[in-house]
Amino acid sequence: MNSKVSALPDARTQEQPRHLAEPAAVRWLLIGIALVFLGLVLVLPLLVVFAEAFRKGLAVYWAAVSEPDALSALQLTVLTAAIVVPLNTLFGLAAAWAMTKFQFRGKQVLVTLIDLPFAISPVIAGLIFVLLFGTRGVFGPLLEAVHFKIIFAFPGIVLATLFVTFPFVARELLPLMQTQGSAEEEAAASMGATGWQIFWRVTLPNIKWGLLYGMILCNARAMGEFGAVSVVSGHIRGQTNTLPLHVEILYNEYQFAASFAVASILVFLAFVTLVVKHVVERKHKTQSI
Amino acid sequence: MAEREKESRVKGRRGKGGSVLPGFGLSMGFAMTYLSLIVLFPLSMIFLEAAAFDWRSFRDVILDPRVVASFRISFLTAFLAAAVNAFFGLLVAWVLVRYRFPGRRLIDGLVDLPFALPTAVAGIALTTLYAENGWVGGLLKELGIKVSFTPLGITVALVFIGLPFVVRTVQPVLEELETEVEEAAVLLGARRLQVFFRVILPGLLPSLLTGFALAFARGLGEYGSVVFISGNMPMKTEIVPLLIMTKLEQFDYPGATAIAAVMLIVSFLLLLVINVLQWQASRRVISD
Repeated sequence: MNSKVSALPDARTQEQPRHLAEPAAVRWLLIGIALVFLGLVLVLPLLVVFAEAFRKGLAVYWAAVSEPDALSALQLTVLTAAIVVPLNTLFGLAAAWAMTKFQFRGKQVLVTLIDLPFAISPVIAGLIFVLLFGTRGVFGPLLEAVHFKIIFAFPGIVLATLFVTFPFVARELLPLMQTQGSAEEEAAASMGATGWQIFWRVTLPNIKWGLLYGMILCNARAMGEFGAVSVVSGHIRGQTNTLPLHVEILYNEYQFAASFAVASILVFLAFVTLVVKHVVERKHKTQSI
Repeated sequence: MAEREKESRVKGRRGKGGSVLPGFGLSMGFAMTYLSLIVLFPLSMIFLEAAAFDWRSFRDVILDPRVVASFRISFLTAFLAAAVNAFFGLLVAWVLVRYRFPGRRLIDGLVDLPFALPTAVAGIALTTLYAENGWVGGLLKELGIKVSFTPLGITVALVFIGLPFVVRTVQPVLEELETEVEEAAVLLGARRLQVFFRVILPGLLPSLLTGFALAFARGLGEYGSVVFISGNMPMKTEIVPLLIMTKLEQFDYPGATAIAAVMLIVSFLLLLVINVLQWQASRRVISD
Protein backbone atom coordinates (compact mmCIF):
# COMPACT_ATOMS: atom_id res chain seq x y z
CA MET A 1 0.00 0.00 0.00
CA ASN A 2 2.65 2.39 -0.97
CA SER A 3 1.03 4.83 -3.29
CA LYS A 4 -1.20 7.44 -1.83
CA VAL A 5 -4.84 6.48 -2.12
CA SER A 6 -6.10 9.97 -2.67
CA ALA A 7 -7.07 12.18 -5.54
CA LEU A 8 -4.45 14.12 -7.38
CA PRO A 9 -5.30 17.60 -8.49
CA ASP A 10 -6.70 17.74 -11.98
CA ALA A 11 -3.91 17.32 -14.45
CA ARG A 12 -6.10 17.74 -17.50
CA THR A 13 -8.39 20.63 -18.07
CA GLN A 14 -9.28 19.85 -21.63
CA GLU A 15 -11.17 17.16 -23.40
CA GLN A 16 -9.31 14.55 -25.35
CA PRO A 17 -8.58 15.42 -29.00
CA ARG A 18 -11.34 14.18 -31.27
CA HIS A 19 -9.55 11.20 -32.78
CA LEU A 20 -8.71 9.93 -29.30
CA ALA A 21 -12.24 10.31 -27.99
CA GLU A 22 -15.26 8.09 -28.14
CA PRO A 23 -18.35 9.08 -30.17
CA ALA A 24 -20.69 11.38 -28.22
CA ALA A 25 -23.30 8.64 -27.81
CA VAL A 26 -20.79 6.26 -26.22
CA ARG A 27 -19.47 9.06 -24.05
CA TRP A 28 -22.85 9.95 -22.65
CA LEU A 29 -23.75 6.29 -22.20
CA LEU A 30 -20.62 5.74 -20.11
CA ILE A 31 -21.25 8.90 -18.09
CA GLY A 32 -24.84 7.75 -17.57
CA ILE A 33 -23.83 4.30 -16.33
CA ALA A 34 -21.25 5.82 -13.99
CA LEU A 35 -23.78 8.27 -12.59
CA VAL A 36 -26.45 5.61 -12.03
CA PHE A 37 -23.89 3.42 -10.28
CA LEU A 38 -22.66 6.25 -8.06
CA GLY A 39 -26.24 7.27 -7.37
CA LEU A 40 -27.15 3.78 -6.17
CA VAL A 41 -24.01 3.28 -4.14
CA LEU A 42 -23.14 6.74 -2.81
CA VAL A 43 -25.87 9.34 -3.24
CA LEU A 44 -29.01 7.44 -2.27
CA PRO A 45 -27.55 6.17 1.03
CA LEU A 46 -26.78 9.79 1.92
CA LEU A 47 -30.30 10.92 1.08
CA VAL A 48 -31.74 8.05 3.09
CA VAL A 49 -29.94 9.28 6.21
CA PHE A 50 -31.59 12.68 6.01
CA ALA A 51 -34.98 11.38 4.88
CA GLU A 52 -35.10 9.00 7.84
CA ALA A 53 -33.68 11.53 10.29
CA PHE A 54 -36.39 14.09 9.56
CA ARG A 55 -39.18 11.62 8.86
CA LYS A 56 -40.85 12.29 12.21
CA GLY A 57 -40.25 16.00 12.13
CA LEU A 58 -37.81 18.52 13.50
CA ALA A 59 -38.90 18.05 17.11
CA VAL A 60 -38.00 14.34 17.13
CA TYR A 61 -34.73 15.13 15.36
CA TRP A 62 -33.81 17.77 17.88
CA ALA A 63 -34.80 15.57 20.83
CA ALA A 64 -32.60 12.76 19.51
CA VAL A 65 -29.47 14.86 19.06
CA SER A 66 -29.87 16.80 22.29
CA GLU A 67 -30.74 14.03 24.74
CA PRO A 68 -28.08 13.45 27.44
CA ASP A 69 -26.88 10.08 26.09
CA ALA A 70 -26.30 11.56 22.64
CA LEU A 71 -24.46 14.53 24.09
CA SER A 72 -22.23 12.38 26.26
CA ALA A 73 -21.51 10.18 23.23
CA LEU A 74 -20.56 13.29 21.26
CA GLN A 75 -18.35 14.43 24.12
CA LEU A 76 -16.59 11.07 24.31
CA THR A 77 -16.06 11.02 20.55
CA VAL A 78 -14.57 14.52 20.50
CA LEU A 79 -12.39 13.79 23.52
CA THR A 80 -11.06 10.59 21.94
CA ALA A 81 -10.19 12.40 18.72
CA ALA A 82 -8.58 15.22 20.71
CA ILE A 83 -6.14 12.72 22.22
CA VAL A 84 -5.62 10.45 19.23
CA VAL A 85 -5.06 13.00 16.46
CA PRO A 86 -2.19 14.94 18.16
CA LEU A 87 -0.40 11.72 19.16
CA ASN A 88 -0.59 10.19 15.69
CA THR A 89 0.40 13.53 14.18
CA LEU A 90 3.50 13.61 16.35
CA PHE A 91 4.32 10.09 15.21
CA GLY A 92 3.69 10.97 11.56
CA LEU A 93 6.05 13.94 11.76
CA ALA A 94 8.78 12.00 13.54
CA ALA A 95 8.54 9.02 11.21
CA ALA A 96 8.51 11.20 8.09
CA TRP A 97 11.48 13.25 9.32
CA ALA A 98 13.55 10.14 10.12
CA MET A 99 12.62 8.35 6.91
CA THR A 100 12.91 11.14 4.37
CA LYS A 101 15.85 13.17 5.70
CA PHE A 102 18.15 10.24 6.39
CA GLN A 103 19.34 7.13 4.62
CA PHE A 104 19.30 3.80 6.38
CA ARG A 105 18.67 0.14 5.66
CA GLY A 106 15.27 -1.44 5.96
CA LYS A 107 13.27 1.65 5.13
CA GLN A 108 10.86 -0.30 2.94
CA VAL A 109 10.15 -2.72 5.78
CA LEU A 110 9.35 0.23 8.03
CA VAL A 111 6.93 1.66 5.46
CA THR A 112 5.13 -1.68 5.37
CA LEU A 113 5.00 -1.85 9.17
CA ILE A 114 3.47 1.63 9.35
CA ASP A 115 0.81 0.49 6.86
CA LEU A 116 -0.06 -2.62 8.88
CA PRO A 117 -3.11 -1.19 10.71
CA PHE A 118 -4.76 -0.44 7.35
CA ALA A 119 -4.56 -4.10 6.40
CA ILE A 120 -6.01 -5.42 9.63
CA SER A 121 -9.69 -5.88 10.43
CA PRO A 122 -10.91 -3.33 13.00
CA VAL A 123 -12.35 -6.19 15.02
CA ILE A 124 -8.86 -7.71 15.32
CA ALA A 125 -7.55 -4.27 16.31
CA GLY A 126 -9.97 -4.33 19.22
CA LEU A 127 -9.22 -7.97 20.02
CA ILE A 128 -5.48 -7.42 20.52
CA PHE A 129 -6.13 -4.88 23.26
CA VAL A 130 -8.60 -7.20 24.94
CA LEU A 131 -5.90 -9.90 24.90
CA LEU A 132 -3.49 -7.44 26.48
CA PHE A 133 -5.61 -5.57 29.00
CA GLY A 134 -8.86 -7.54 29.39
CA THR A 135 -9.63 -9.27 32.70
CA ARG A 136 -8.19 -12.51 31.26
CA GLY A 137 -5.49 -10.67 29.35
CA VAL A 138 -1.76 -10.56 29.96
CA PHE A 139 -1.91 -7.43 32.08
CA GLY A 140 -5.44 -8.13 33.37
CA PRO A 141 -4.51 -9.24 36.91
CA LEU A 142 -2.03 -6.38 37.29
CA LEU A 143 -4.59 -3.78 36.21
CA GLU A 144 -7.15 -5.28 38.53
CA ALA A 145 -4.73 -5.03 41.44
CA VAL A 146 -4.22 -1.32 40.86
CA HIS A 147 -7.94 -0.77 40.08
CA PHE A 148 -7.33 0.63 36.62
CA LYS A 149 -9.69 -0.31 33.83
CA ILE A 150 -8.60 -0.12 30.20
CA ILE A 151 -10.99 -2.49 28.47
CA PHE A 152 -14.67 -1.45 28.65
CA ALA A 153 -13.40 2.00 29.61
CA PHE A 154 -12.10 5.20 28.03
CA PRO A 155 -8.39 4.20 27.80
CA GLY A 156 -9.33 1.15 25.74
CA ILE A 157 -11.31 3.28 23.30
CA VAL A 158 -8.33 5.61 22.92
CA LEU A 159 -5.88 2.72 22.37
CA ALA A 160 -8.05 0.99 19.78
CA THR A 161 -8.60 4.30 17.96
CA LEU A 162 -4.86 5.06 18.06
CA PHE A 163 -4.23 1.72 16.39
CA VAL A 164 -6.73 2.05 13.54
CA THR A 165 -5.82 5.67 12.72
CA PHE A 166 -2.09 5.09 13.18
CA PRO A 167 -0.90 5.38 9.54
CA PHE A 168 -2.94 8.37 8.32
CA VAL A 169 -0.59 11.31 8.99
CA ALA A 170 2.62 9.40 8.23
CA ARG A 171 1.05 8.14 5.01
CA GLU A 172 0.37 11.68 3.78
CA LEU A 173 3.74 13.09 4.84
CA LEU A 174 6.08 10.37 3.59
CA PRO A 175 5.56 10.82 -0.17
CA LEU A 176 5.23 14.59 0.21
CA MET A 177 8.51 15.07 2.07
CA GLN A 178 10.22 12.53 -0.16
CA THR A 179 9.41 14.60 -3.26
CA GLN A 180 10.37 17.86 -1.59
CA GLY A 181 13.81 16.51 -0.71
CA SER A 182 15.98 18.12 1.91
CA ALA A 183 17.91 20.77 -0.03
CA GLU A 184 16.16 23.65 1.76
CA GLU A 185 16.75 22.08 5.15
CA GLU A 186 20.40 21.47 4.33
CA ALA A 187 20.82 25.08 3.24
CA ALA A 188 19.32 26.24 6.53
CA ALA A 189 21.60 23.89 8.46
CA SER A 190 24.69 25.14 6.65
CA MET A 191 23.71 28.68 7.64
CA GLY A 192 23.65 27.61 11.24
CA ALA A 193 20.00 26.98 12.00
CA THR A 194 19.29 24.54 14.79
CA GLY A 195 17.22 21.45 14.23
CA TRP A 196 14.05 22.96 15.71
CA GLN A 197 14.53 26.19 13.75
CA ILE A 198 14.82 24.17 10.55
CA PHE A 199 11.71 22.22 11.39
CA TRP A 200 9.53 25.20 12.36
CA ARG A 201 10.72 27.69 9.74
CA VAL A 202 11.56 25.51 6.73
CA THR A 203 9.95 22.08 6.88
CA LEU A 204 6.62 22.86 8.51
CA PRO A 205 5.63 25.69 6.13
CA ASN A 206 6.41 23.36 3.21
CA ILE A 207 4.30 20.47 4.43
CA LYS A 208 1.48 22.28 6.24
CA TRP A 209 -1.28 21.44 3.76
CA GLY A 210 -0.35 17.78 3.49
CA LEU A 211 -0.07 17.64 7.27
CA LEU A 212 -3.49 19.22 7.70
CA TYR A 213 -5.02 16.75 5.26
CA GLY A 214 -3.49 13.79 7.07
CA MET A 215 -4.80 15.11 10.38
CA ILE A 216 -8.29 15.56 8.96
CA LEU A 217 -8.38 12.01 7.59
CA CYS A 218 -7.10 10.79 10.95
CA ASN A 219 -9.78 12.80 12.73
CA ALA A 220 -12.60 11.52 10.50
CA ARG A 221 -11.63 7.92 11.13
CA ALA A 222 -11.05 8.55 14.85
CA MET A 223 -14.54 9.99 15.25
CA GLY A 224 -16.20 7.38 13.05
CA GLU A 225 -14.42 4.18 14.06
CA PHE A 226 -16.91 1.48 14.86
CA GLY A 227 -15.56 -2.08 14.82
CA ALA A 228 -12.45 -1.67 16.97
CA VAL A 229 -14.16 0.62 19.47
CA SER A 230 -17.15 -1.70 19.59
CA VAL A 231 -14.93 -4.55 20.83
CA VAL A 232 -13.29 -2.60 23.66
CA SER A 233 -16.05 -0.22 24.73
CA GLY A 234 -18.54 -2.41 26.54
CA HIS A 235 -21.36 -0.17 25.29
CA ILE A 236 -22.12 1.49 28.61
CA ARG A 237 -24.62 4.25 27.89
CA GLY A 238 -23.53 7.68 28.95
CA GLN A 239 -20.06 6.35 29.74
CA THR A 240 -18.31 4.38 27.01
CA ASN A 241 -20.63 5.01 24.11
CA THR A 242 -19.14 6.92 21.19
CA LEU A 243 -21.37 8.47 18.53
CA PRO A 244 -21.16 5.53 16.07
CA LEU A 245 -21.95 3.10 18.91
CA HIS A 246 -24.87 5.27 19.96
CA VAL A 247 -26.19 5.10 16.39
CA GLU A 248 -26.01 1.31 16.55
CA ILE A 249 -27.78 1.06 19.89
CA LEU A 250 -30.65 3.30 18.77
CA TYR A 251 -30.95 1.38 15.50
CA ASN A 252 -31.07 -1.98 17.25
CA GLU A 253 -33.78 -0.61 19.55
CA TYR A 254 -35.82 0.25 16.45
CA GLN A 255 -35.58 3.97 17.20
CA PHE A 256 -34.82 4.57 13.54
CA ALA A 257 -35.56 8.29 13.42
CA ALA A 258 -33.34 8.95 16.43
CA SER A 259 -30.63 6.67 15.09
CA PHE A 260 -30.52 8.45 11.74
CA ALA A 261 -30.68 11.83 13.46
CA VAL A 262 -27.48 11.04 15.38
CA ALA A 263 -26.03 9.53 12.19
CA SER A 264 -26.68 12.80 10.38
CA ILE A 265 -24.19 14.50 12.72
CA LEU A 266 -21.57 12.05 11.50
CA VAL A 267 -22.59 12.66 7.88
CA PHE A 268 -22.06 16.35 8.51
CA LEU A 269 -18.60 15.51 9.85
CA ALA A 270 -17.88 13.52 6.68
CA PHE A 271 -18.96 16.51 4.55
CA VAL A 272 -16.63 18.81 6.46
CA THR A 273 -13.82 16.31 5.88
CA LEU A 274 -14.50 16.18 2.14
CA VAL A 275 -14.71 19.96 1.85
CA VAL A 276 -11.46 20.51 3.76
CA LYS A 277 -9.83 17.85 1.60
CA HIS A 278 -10.94 19.74 -1.49
CA VAL A 279 -9.65 23.08 -0.15
CA VAL A 280 -6.34 21.55 0.92
CA GLU A 281 -5.84 20.00 -2.49
CA ARG A 282 -6.47 23.32 -4.22
CA LYS A 283 -4.12 25.16 -1.86
CA HIS A 284 -1.56 22.49 -2.47
CA LYS A 285 -1.92 22.84 -6.22
CA THR A 286 -1.57 26.63 -6.24
CA GLN A 287 1.35 26.33 -3.83
CA SER A 288 3.21 23.85 -5.98
CA ILE A 289 2.64 25.97 -9.07
CA MET B 1 28.34 35.09 16.79
CA ALA B 2 30.97 32.75 18.08
CA GLU B 3 28.25 30.62 19.54
CA ARG B 4 26.52 30.49 16.20
CA GLU B 5 29.66 29.36 14.49
CA LYS B 6 30.28 26.69 17.03
CA GLU B 7 26.76 25.46 16.62
CA SER B 8 27.01 25.36 12.87
CA ARG B 9 30.23 23.41 13.14
CA VAL B 10 28.50 20.89 15.35
CA LYS B 11 25.42 20.66 13.16
CA GLY B 12 27.47 20.73 10.01
CA ARG B 13 29.12 17.49 10.98
CA ARG B 14 28.01 14.79 8.64
CA GLY B 15 25.58 12.69 10.62
CA LYS B 16 23.70 9.48 10.00
CA GLY B 17 23.50 8.36 6.40
CA GLY B 18 25.54 11.30 5.17
CA SER B 19 22.90 13.88 6.09
CA VAL B 20 23.85 17.22 7.60
CA LEU B 21 20.48 17.47 9.30
CA PRO B 22 20.04 16.80 13.00
CA GLY B 23 17.34 14.91 14.81
CA PHE B 24 17.74 11.39 13.47
CA GLY B 25 18.07 9.86 16.91
CA LEU B 26 15.13 11.72 18.39
CA SER B 27 12.69 11.26 15.51
CA MET B 28 13.67 7.66 14.78
CA GLY B 29 13.68 6.79 18.47
CA PHE B 30 10.23 8.24 19.04
CA ALA B 31 8.78 6.74 15.87
CA MET B 32 10.10 3.25 16.61
CA THR B 33 9.03 3.32 20.25
CA TYR B 34 5.55 4.52 19.33
CA LEU B 35 5.23 2.00 16.50
CA SER B 36 6.26 -0.81 18.81
CA LEU B 37 3.95 0.22 21.64
CA ILE B 38 0.81 0.94 19.62
CA VAL B 39 1.09 -1.54 16.75
CA LEU B 40 3.79 -4.22 16.91
CA PHE B 41 3.60 -5.29 20.55
CA PRO B 42 -0.23 -5.46 20.68
CA LEU B 43 -0.32 -7.26 17.34
CA SER B 44 2.21 -9.85 18.45
CA MET B 45 -0.32 -10.88 21.10
CA ILE B 46 -2.37 -12.71 18.49
CA PHE B 47 0.55 -14.94 17.57
CA LEU B 48 1.72 -15.38 21.15
CA GLU B 49 -1.76 -16.53 22.15
CA ALA B 50 -2.18 -18.64 19.03
CA ALA B 51 1.19 -20.29 19.69
CA ALA B 52 -0.15 -21.50 23.02
CA PHE B 53 -2.58 -23.71 21.08
CA ASP B 54 -1.73 -27.28 20.32
CA TRP B 55 -2.21 -28.08 16.69
CA ARG B 56 -5.23 -30.33 17.16
CA SER B 57 -7.39 -27.82 19.04
CA PHE B 58 -6.33 -25.04 16.67
CA ARG B 59 -7.46 -27.20 13.78
CA ASP B 60 -10.74 -27.99 15.53
CA VAL B 61 -11.53 -24.29 15.89
CA ILE B 62 -10.62 -23.42 12.32
CA LEU B 63 -12.30 -26.43 10.68
CA ASP B 64 -15.53 -25.98 12.62
CA PRO B 65 -18.24 -25.85 9.92
CA ARG B 66 -19.49 -22.47 11.13
CA VAL B 67 -15.98 -20.99 10.92
CA VAL B 68 -15.34 -22.50 7.49
CA ALA B 69 -18.69 -21.14 6.29
CA SER B 70 -17.86 -17.65 7.55
CA PHE B 71 -14.51 -17.70 5.75
CA ARG B 72 -16.23 -18.83 2.56
CA ILE B 73 -18.81 -16.03 2.83
CA SER B 74 -16.19 -13.38 3.65
CA PHE B 75 -13.91 -14.38 0.77
CA LEU B 76 -16.73 -14.76 -1.70
CA THR B 77 -18.44 -11.45 -0.96
CA ALA B 78 -15.16 -9.50 -0.69
CA PHE B 79 -14.00 -10.95 -4.01
CA LEU B 80 -17.31 -10.22 -5.71
CA ALA B 81 -17.40 -6.67 -4.36
CA ALA B 82 -13.78 -6.05 -5.42
CA ALA B 83 -14.61 -7.34 -8.90
CA VAL B 84 -17.65 -5.06 -9.17
CA ASN B 85 -15.50 -2.17 -7.97
CA ALA B 86 -12.72 -2.98 -10.43
CA PHE B 87 -15.22 -2.70 -13.28
CA PHE B 88 -17.25 0.30 -12.11
CA GLY B 89 -14.26 1.96 -10.45
CA LEU B 90 -12.41 1.91 -13.75
CA LEU B 91 -15.50 3.29 -15.47
CA VAL B 92 -15.87 6.08 -12.91
CA ALA B 93 -12.16 6.95 -13.09
CA TRP B 94 -12.35 6.96 -16.89
CA VAL B 95 -15.40 9.22 -16.97
CA LEU B 96 -13.86 11.59 -14.41
CA VAL B 97 -10.51 11.87 -16.21
CA ARG B 98 -11.49 11.78 -19.86
CA TYR B 99 -14.87 13.51 -20.05
CA ARG B 100 -16.20 16.92 -19.09
CA PHE B 101 -19.79 17.14 -17.86
CA PRO B 102 -21.76 19.22 -15.39
CA GLY B 103 -21.25 18.15 -11.79
CA ARG B 104 -17.99 16.34 -12.52
CA ARG B 105 -16.05 18.06 -9.73
CA LEU B 106 -18.80 17.36 -7.22
CA ILE B 107 -18.81 13.70 -8.14
CA ASP B 108 -15.04 13.59 -8.00
CA GLY B 109 -15.24 14.85 -4.41
CA LEU B 110 -18.05 12.47 -3.55
CA VAL B 111 -15.99 9.41 -4.50
CA ASP B 112 -14.05 9.85 -1.24
CA LEU B 113 -17.25 9.67 0.82
CA PRO B 114 -16.69 6.05 1.92
CA PHE B 115 -13.31 7.10 3.35
CA ALA B 116 -14.93 9.89 5.36
CA LEU B 117 -18.27 8.40 6.36
CA PRO B 118 -18.30 6.26 9.51
CA THR B 119 -18.99 2.64 8.57
CA ALA B 120 -21.89 2.30 11.00
CA VAL B 121 -23.70 5.16 9.26
CA ALA B 122 -23.08 3.55 5.88
CA GLY B 123 -24.37 0.31 7.33
CA ILE B 124 -27.73 1.57 8.56
CA ALA B 125 -28.25 3.75 5.46
CA LEU B 126 -27.57 0.89 3.03
CA THR B 127 -29.75 -1.47 5.07
CA THR B 128 -32.68 0.95 4.97
CA LEU B 129 -32.16 1.64 1.26
CA TYR B 130 -31.92 -2.00 0.23
CA ALA B 131 -34.47 -3.44 2.69
CA GLU B 132 -37.61 -4.94 1.17
CA ASN B 133 -39.56 -1.78 1.98
CA GLY B 134 -36.68 0.53 1.03
CA TRP B 135 -36.38 2.79 -2.02
CA VAL B 136 -34.19 0.42 -4.03
CA GLY B 137 -34.93 -2.81 -2.16
CA GLY B 138 -38.64 -2.41 -2.94
CA LEU B 139 -37.96 -2.19 -6.67
CA LEU B 140 -35.60 -5.15 -6.58
CA LYS B 141 -38.14 -7.19 -4.64
CA GLU B 142 -40.55 -6.90 -7.54
CA LEU B 143 -37.84 -8.37 -9.73
CA GLY B 144 -37.52 -11.19 -7.22
CA ILE B 145 -34.14 -10.05 -5.92
CA LYS B 146 -33.62 -9.99 -2.19
CA VAL B 147 -30.67 -7.90 -1.03
CA SER B 148 -30.76 -7.28 2.70
CA PHE B 149 -29.99 -10.25 4.96
CA THR B 150 -28.38 -12.15 2.05
CA PRO B 151 -24.77 -12.46 0.82
CA LEU B 152 -25.79 -9.99 -1.90
CA GLY B 153 -26.44 -7.40 0.82
CA ILE B 154 -22.96 -7.98 2.24
CA THR B 155 -21.56 -7.47 -1.26
CA VAL B 156 -23.46 -4.18 -1.65
CA ALA B 157 -21.96 -2.87 1.61
CA LEU B 158 -18.47 -3.93 0.52
CA VAL B 159 -18.93 -2.26 -2.87
CA PHE B 160 -19.63 0.99 -1.02
CA ILE B 161 -16.56 0.57 1.21
CA GLY B 162 -14.16 -0.47 -1.55
CA LEU B 163 -15.09 1.90 -4.37
CA PRO B 164 -12.65 4.76 -3.61
CA PHE B 165 -9.72 2.34 -3.40
CA VAL B 166 -10.09 1.42 -7.08
CA VAL B 167 -11.00 4.91 -8.33
CA ARG B 168 -8.19 6.66 -6.44
CA THR B 169 -5.59 4.11 -7.52
CA VAL B 170 -6.55 4.09 -11.19
CA GLN B 171 -7.35 7.81 -11.59
CA PRO B 172 -3.82 9.27 -11.19
CA VAL B 173 -2.36 6.64 -13.53
CA LEU B 174 -5.02 7.38 -16.12
CA GLU B 175 -4.30 11.09 -15.81
CA GLU B 176 -0.60 10.59 -16.47
CA LEU B 177 -1.04 8.08 -19.25
CA GLU B 178 0.81 9.33 -22.32
CA THR B 179 -1.52 9.89 -25.23
CA GLU B 180 1.34 9.48 -27.72
CA VAL B 181 0.96 5.72 -27.71
CA GLU B 182 -2.75 6.09 -28.35
CA GLU B 183 -1.97 8.48 -31.21
CA ALA B 184 0.42 5.94 -32.69
CA ALA B 185 -2.16 3.19 -32.41
CA VAL B 186 -4.73 5.35 -34.18
CA LEU B 187 -2.25 6.17 -36.92
CA LEU B 188 -1.61 2.47 -37.38
CA GLY B 189 -5.34 2.08 -37.98
CA ALA B 190 -6.54 0.74 -34.64
CA ARG B 191 -10.17 1.27 -33.83
CA ARG B 192 -11.13 2.93 -30.55
CA LEU B 193 -12.06 -0.32 -28.84
CA GLN B 194 -8.79 -1.91 -29.95
CA VAL B 195 -6.90 1.09 -28.60
CA PHE B 196 -8.63 0.67 -25.27
CA PHE B 197 -8.04 -3.05 -24.89
CA ARG B 198 -4.58 -3.24 -26.46
CA VAL B 199 -3.03 0.07 -25.41
CA ILE B 200 -4.83 1.73 -22.52
CA LEU B 201 -5.94 -1.26 -20.45
CA PRO B 202 -2.47 -2.89 -20.26
CA GLY B 203 -1.10 0.41 -18.96
CA LEU B 204 -3.80 0.59 -16.31
CA LEU B 205 -3.68 -3.06 -15.33
CA PRO B 206 -1.14 -2.84 -12.46
CA SER B 207 -3.04 0.01 -10.81
CA LEU B 208 -6.35 -1.72 -11.43
CA LEU B 209 -5.04 -4.89 -9.80
CA THR B 210 -3.70 -2.86 -6.88
CA GLY B 211 -7.08 -1.20 -6.45
CA PHE B 212 -8.76 -4.59 -6.63
CA ALA B 213 -6.41 -6.01 -3.98
CA LEU B 214 -6.87 -3.00 -1.71
CA ALA B 215 -10.65 -3.21 -1.99
CA PHE B 216 -10.53 -6.97 -1.42
CA ALA B 217 -8.31 -6.62 1.66
CA ARG B 218 -10.53 -3.92 3.10
CA GLY B 219 -13.64 -5.96 2.35
CA LEU B 220 -12.33 -9.05 4.16
CA GLY B 221 -11.91 -7.15 7.40
CA GLU B 222 -14.88 -4.82 7.15
CA TYR B 223 -17.33 -4.97 10.01
CA GLY B 224 -19.36 -1.80 10.61
CA SER B 225 -21.12 -1.44 7.30
CA VAL B 226 -21.81 -5.17 6.96
CA VAL B 227 -23.34 -6.17 10.31
CA PHE B 228 -26.54 -4.25 9.73
CA ILE B 229 -27.31 -5.42 6.21
CA SER B 230 -26.13 -9.03 6.55
CA GLY B 231 -28.64 -10.27 9.11
CA ASN B 232 -25.80 -12.26 10.72
CA MET B 233 -27.20 -15.75 10.28
CA PRO B 234 -24.61 -18.42 11.12
CA MET B 235 -23.63 -20.53 8.08
CA LYS B 236 -25.44 -18.12 5.74
CA THR B 237 -24.54 -14.48 6.21
CA GLU B 238 -22.04 -14.50 9.03
CA ILE B 239 -18.72 -12.89 8.09
CA VAL B 240 -15.41 -13.66 9.79
CA PRO B 241 -15.03 -10.37 11.74
CA LEU B 242 -18.52 -10.86 13.13
CA LEU B 243 -17.71 -14.42 14.18
CA ILE B 244 -14.62 -13.11 16.03
CA MET B 245 -16.89 -10.58 17.73
CA THR B 246 -19.39 -13.30 18.69
CA LYS B 247 -16.66 -15.50 20.17
CA LEU B 248 -15.39 -12.53 22.17
CA GLU B 249 -18.84 -11.82 23.55
CA GLN B 250 -19.04 -15.45 24.65
CA PHE B 251 -15.61 -15.00 26.31
CA ASP B 252 -14.20 -17.65 23.96
CA TYR B 253 -10.88 -15.82 23.69
CA PRO B 254 -8.87 -18.77 22.33
CA GLY B 255 -11.46 -19.31 19.58
CA ALA B 256 -11.47 -15.63 18.64
CA THR B 257 -7.66 -15.57 18.63
CA ALA B 258 -7.31 -18.63 16.43
CA ILE B 259 -9.66 -17.20 13.79
CA ALA B 260 -7.96 -13.80 14.05
CA ALA B 261 -4.55 -15.44 13.51
CA VAL B 262 -5.73 -16.98 10.25
CA MET B 263 -7.24 -13.65 9.19
CA LEU B 264 -3.97 -11.87 9.99
CA ILE B 265 -1.92 -14.27 7.90
CA VAL B 266 -4.31 -13.71 4.99
CA SER B 267 -3.98 -9.94 5.50
CA PHE B 268 -0.18 -10.15 5.52
CA LEU B 269 -0.19 -12.18 2.32
CA LEU B 270 -2.48 -9.62 0.69
CA LEU B 271 -0.22 -6.81 1.89
CA LEU B 272 2.70 -8.62 0.29
CA VAL B 273 0.81 -9.00 -2.99
CA ILE B 274 -0.19 -5.32 -2.92
CA ASN B 275 3.40 -4.24 -2.27
CA VAL B 276 4.69 -6.34 -5.16
CA LEU B 277 1.95 -4.97 -7.43
CA GLN B 278 2.75 -1.40 -6.50
CA TRP B 279 6.45 -1.99 -6.86
CA GLN B 280 5.73 -3.14 -10.38
CA ALA B 281 3.27 -0.35 -11.04
CA SER B 282 5.62 2.44 -10.13
CA ARG B 283 9.20 2.71 -9.03
CA ARG B 284 8.42 5.97 -7.33
CA VAL B 285 8.25 4.32 -3.95
CA ILE B 286 10.48 5.41 -1.11
CA SER B 287 13.52 3.24 -1.54
CA ASP B 288 16.81 2.83 0.22
